[in-house]
Amino acid sequence: MSALIEAADLHFAYPQRPPVLAGASLSLSPGERLAITGPNGAGKSTLLQILVGLLRPQAGQVRAFGAERCEEADFHEVRRRVGLVFQDPDDQLFCPTVAEDVAFGPLNLGQSRTDALAMVDQVLSQLDLTSLRDRVTHKLSGGEKRLVSLAGVLAMAPDVLLLDEPTNALDEETTARLIEILLELPQAMLIVSHDPHFRRRVVTRTLRLRNGVLAPPEPACVPI
Amino acid sequence: MGHVLDATATPTPPDAMGAGPGPVRALDPRTRILAAGAFALVTVAIDSLLVLLIPLAMAGVALLAARLPMRQTLKRMVAVDGFILFLVVLLPFSVPGEAAFYLFGWPASWAGIAQAGAIALKANAIVLMLLALVGSMEPTALGHALVRLRVPALLVHLLLFTVRYIAVVDGEYHRQRRAMTMRAFRPGTNWHSLRSLGYLIGMLLVRALERSERILQAMKCRGFTGRLPLLSDMRFRRRDALFAALLLAMLTGLLALDRLHVGAH
Repeated sequence: MSALIEAADLHFAYPQRPPVLAGASLSLSPGERLAITGPNGAGKSTLLQILVGLLRPQAGQVRAFGAERCEEADFHEVRRRVGLVFQDPDDQLFCPTVAEDVAFGPLNLGQSRTDALAMVDQVLSQLDLTSLRDRVTHKLSGGEKRLVSLAGVLAMAPDVLLLDEPTNALDEETTARLIEILLELPQAMLIVSHDPHFRRRVVTRTLRLRNGVLAPPEPACVPI
Repeated sequence: MGHVLDATATPTPPDAMGAGPGPVRALDPRTRILAAGAFALVTVAIDSLLVLLIPLAMAGVALLAARLPMRQTLKRMVAVDGFILFLVVLLPFSVPGEAAFYLFGWPASWAGIAQAGAIALKANAIVLMLLALVGSMEPTALGHALVRLRVPALLVHLLLFTVRYIAVVDGEYHRQRRAMTMRAFRPGTNWHSLRSLGYLIGMLLVRALERSERILQAMKCRGFTGRLPLLSDMRFRRRDALFAALLLAMLTGLLALDRLHVGAH
């Protein structure tokens, strides 16, 4: 089966800084849950933003859903089909209430208000968040914010999920709940995570980003 | 006018001229703020168009002495000129007087053109001088200098915190905008877009307010009682006195010249 997202030989540097990506390549196949690890500041979030066209690489190609993506217009379709859950849920939640925030994506996809609200109820019940439906977003707890931001992305029924540090600042219970939710989802996922326990439970493959290049991680203990 | 140009160019001893920061930056921030203020007051008071060219030249020399990046500074100038453009264009047509020319049947008066010219000259001279003297210092240095000039601490705190946190709020705005883009938001002329952007602005305000409370709490935990300790050490030196004396002489000269010039008509 062909890959959903492919990146080849990506190069990227922020102005006046050393390059963060120097020939990074990856490919994500349907059903896969691929983890990306690497030290702080290695460029993992940058990589995610390049894959969805929020940043343009200085060199290299991004292919998504069987087509080469270069221009802003190419990425409109990518963003409809790829859900990116941001590292900080506060970046994502900006509507006054949970229901409005979850409906934001479906409305952008052109759904009617009724359809969008039906989608909201469906996703909220899927994630067992119905009780939060009319709560004010900025008064949610950290764990609730994380799950609601995931709901906002799932409401767009994406084919691929990109998760940036999904377990950041979550307690054990909420982490366990998130793992349960993610394992039940059919989507292919690209997960940036520092959390080894989380990765062991969830992902099917791991790549390590180091010195701007993605490579399979070396085994933790090398037999002598 | 030659001696005027020379005078502003040598406010510091020649040996300091070659040093990294340049002659303007060698002055005490307080001197620079007061100088810019005095310069602005005198420039505003000048009536003669011809005499107004002198402050503009002085500001130009100060700009060179401040060694600011040319492009960026001129861009800022253009931004300020954008504000007064409307006024300058409309004045010739709104001030009564002898007609200089007609545009679509509307008379433009000589008096209006002169007023528009005076406003443009004054605004540009003052803004250039402000950029050269005050704009060349770090915002925090400006805050510290203002405190020492007995500006109310509350206003200075506002300035310092704005400087510190505007980038944070800007960053938050851009991250939220990216998150919206990621959920397929494309602004258009419709209620959904307007409502969404409204929510965005509202959320930025709510977050900024909450953040400010958290910052205050953190500051209180470290013993803040309403006074920011200022570590910078500022001293008036000989070059400040020299600069102040020269500027004062030139500004007095300018006023006298202007009286003479206006009196001659």
